[in-house]
Amino acid sequence: MVTGSRLQVARERPAWQHLDSAQLVLLGAAAALTVAAAVSLAAAGTVDEPKPAIIFGALIALGELFRMNMPGGREVAPISTAGALGYGMLLSVGGEPVTYSALQVVAVTAAGMFAGTLPHIAVGRLPQLDAMARRLVVAAVVAFLFRPLTGVLFDERLSLGEWWTALGLMALISCTAGCSDMVVAGAIRAEAVRVRFGIAFLDEVRAGVLLCAAKTATGMLIAVATSVMGLAALLLFTAPILTTQFAFRRYAAVRITYLQTVRALSRVTEVGGYVETGHSRRVSRLAVAMGRELGMTEAQSLELEYAALMHDIGQLSLPDPIPGGATVLASPAEQRRIAELGANVIEQTGVLDRVAHIVRCQSAPYSASPAPPLASRIIRVANAYDDLVGDSTDRDRAAAVLDRLRLDSASEYDPTVVESLGTVLERRTYRW
Amino acid sequence: MRERPGLPPVAWSYVAAVVAGAVFVLATASYEGFKPQTFVVLAALFLICDSTPALLNLERARVSLSFSACLASVVLLDPEGAALVGACALAAFQRVALVKRVYNAAQFALCGYIAGTVHELLRPVGPHARWRPAVDLELLPFAGALFAYVACNLMMVGGILLLSRQATVRALIDEIRLLTPGLLGYGSFGLLIAGVYQAVGLFAPVLVLLPLFVARWAFAQTRAQQRAHEATLAALCQAVETKDYYTRGHSERVSRGAVMIAEEIGMSPARLEAIRFAGMLHDVGKLGVPTKVLQKDGPLSEAEFAAIQLHPMRGLEIIREIGFLDEALTGIMHHHEKLNGRGYPMGLAGEEIPEFARIIGVADAFDAMTSTRSYRPARSVAEGVAELRKCSGTDFDPQMVEAFLRALEKTEWDPPRQVVVPEGEHVQTTRQDHDDPSTPIKVMGEGPW
Repeated sequence: MVTGSRLQVARERPAWQHLDSAQLVLLGAAAALTVAAAVSLAAAGTVDEPKPAIIFGALIALGELFRMNMPGGREVAPISTAGALGYGMLLSVGGEPVTYSALQVVAVTAAGMFAGTLPHIAVGRLPQLDAMARRLVVAAVVAFLFRPLTGVLFDERLSLGEWWTALGLMALISCTAGCSDMVVAGAIRAEAVRVRFGIAFLDEVRAGVLLCAAKTATGMLIAVATSVMGLAALLLFTAPILTTQFAFRRYAAVRITYLQTVRALSRVTEVGGYVETGHSRRVSRLAVAMGRELGMTEAQSLELEYAALMHDIGQLSLPDPIPGGATVLASPAEQRRIAELGANVIEQTGVLDRVAHIVRCQSAPYSASPAPPLASRIIRVANAYDDLVGDSTDRDRAAAVLDRLRLDSASEYDPTVVESLGTVLERRTYRW
Repeated sequence: MRERPGLPPVAWSYVAAVVAGAVFVLATASYEGFKPQTFVVLAALFLICDSTPALLNLERARVSLSFSACLASVVLLDPEGAALVGACALAAFQRVALVKRVYNAAQFALCGYIAGTVHELLRPVGPHARWRPAVDLELLPFAGALFAYVACNLMMVGGILLLSRQATVRALIDEIRLLTPGLLGYGSFGLLIAGVYQAVGLFAPVLVLLPLFVARWAFAQTRAQQRAHEATLAALCQAVETKDYYTRGHSERVSRGAVMIAEEIGMSPARLEAIRFAGMLHDVGKLGVPTKVLQKDGPLSEAEFAAIQLHPMRGLEIIREIGFLDEALTGIMHHHEKLNGRGYPMGLAGEEIPEFARIIGVADAFDAMTSTRSYRPARSVAEGVAELRKCSGTDFDPQMVEAFLRALEKTEWDPPRQVVVPEGEHVQTTRQDHDDPSTPIKVMGEGPW
């Protein structure tokens, strides 16, 4: 079990010990890039084409200032990324070719990101270092691949055909950078939530592909527009991504409120005295960890979380709370009734049918046919465990309960799910 | 902006005039500097954007990204070309009546022609000069064309709506206020397309519109999530209410009443949203009141009354974690305060009571009075109004009571249906309604207050 004292210990450890290996590699790469860029600038003593450097740097800083958190705790800064991509792929300013190096792109991006982060730090919001490092690395990948081509391929005013070649290369290079970014993000997430890399990668793709397309398109648009029309165009041509950013900010806000609402209202059963304090929350946390262990995607584990939070909502319809609120001790018929009533409540929403189905099947034993869905089997095990252990921190008790669940598995509980509970509990003991 | 289906009887001549005008413009144009390639690209763009779902949907009008294509055509083609692109609305992949289709095509064509003419007049160089790739040179003529286009479009659609009596002048003005920023915004994306079109051709619309389509996806998702959120909230509130047959639907009605008052006193949309949720959730904490207290016949002991008085705090405890406006939280916490300071849980008085709480208090009491209770039948709306008036100034904020009464004149109050309590042993009914000001809870050792 997670205990308060162990959590405390975890918080007291130095920050770097929390980093997983993928994060360490990423942060190391970003730091190395920044140092190399700073050294090369210092050695040269000057910045090539200072005006675009300043204006793009300012755009990147602004983008960092307005960065936002998407569902799943993903920090994004579309305007910053688009600006960095645009700077990396810039061919000329109003027809005057630019010749700065890839390292200068890295330096400008890093400086802009740093400047945009300062206000966040000033108000006490710590930056998500890995997200920032990923943005810097993406900009660097694009710059290192594209900058060497500019001098060779495109030194004069471009014809339509040459523009198409240039745009094709830009798209190709940006997509390469975007894909590698998702691979890195997937690796980090796989370690963070303990899920197979393939699943984490697909989660990242699903969560990020649209925004990535928008950022890439805007980066290319900025590069083209500034090349053709000069720096004044930069302001106008960020308008589309501003709209995107606005839309996504609202989307993220609504998603968060929704989850908060379900989390909060799952507590009505506690306030009403039907279940022990913290029961729904503990079951949902345990269930989600088990679900990830068993290879659930992010979307599936969100449904699992909703179902786990509301798994006891059916008790509200009971005239009197069952003693101790522990459904595991109730008769099978009573369990079925609570599950059925809960599912009916959730079905009322008209939008959570799958969640209702999960809640309905939670009372079915593993041997039932048709077999209950994985999420229901998980909730059944997590609920039984929490009913029997509660918020007790006694390790022997936890082990005894786990053994009891193991004895009941095959008929009552899915053995694989019980084993995943064992893994999750064990990891908690060692990690915290 | 599109008009809504319907057969306008008086507006036929207006439609005919607009269509005739468009046909005249298109038929008499010289098509001297016509650029077929650009035209095909823009026409295709117009049709693609037009057949995808619109970003801005109102009851009578929708604004899609095809507006950007129209404005791009104004810059990239001459007035005749812009008119032709507008006329493509005739072939839009949408299920619209033929009259509407023809009218829309005609008005888009006229708008395109007029805006194109404005654009040419404002250009510093001659009409046949090459497109000069510089933002500042192009900005003034484009702004002129954009305003001309939007104005023409709004006037023509407004005209048909007025003539066919589908809208009143006031409703129209409200709608125009909502639509204009969107139209101007989408129109200016047209400038972006035109700006890079000369350099990169087909890539231009793709690069400009891709982030916008992504934004459209996010807007649609936001709406879906909002609906899901509301439905979930309502369902969970209902689940809480099932404990008592008599209070079913109470939360929903209080929420509606609170919104009525809030609208009447001119609250901003964001606060309206917050008070809607606050009304819905105001009694969630009642679940923490032991059932035996609510079901008790006769006066309550001090301790039992204290349990009832605590319910706003229990409610707050549950919903504190929702990222709400703080106002909604204080509204829920203080919805049983009275203006004279004799309410609970804190005994605030007058202006100390948060605005949200004063609003919810009125709606809450009114619904309790007009609903059936185990100890009395439902009162009529008129009786409820009289009771509100009586308690106005002592219990309730007179400003909110007045606002509610004004709103009641405009919208009919839908009192709950007669409650039929089914026979059965598990049926729960309350004997004590803490919301009902006309029948105060009796506490032992105290007179009614």
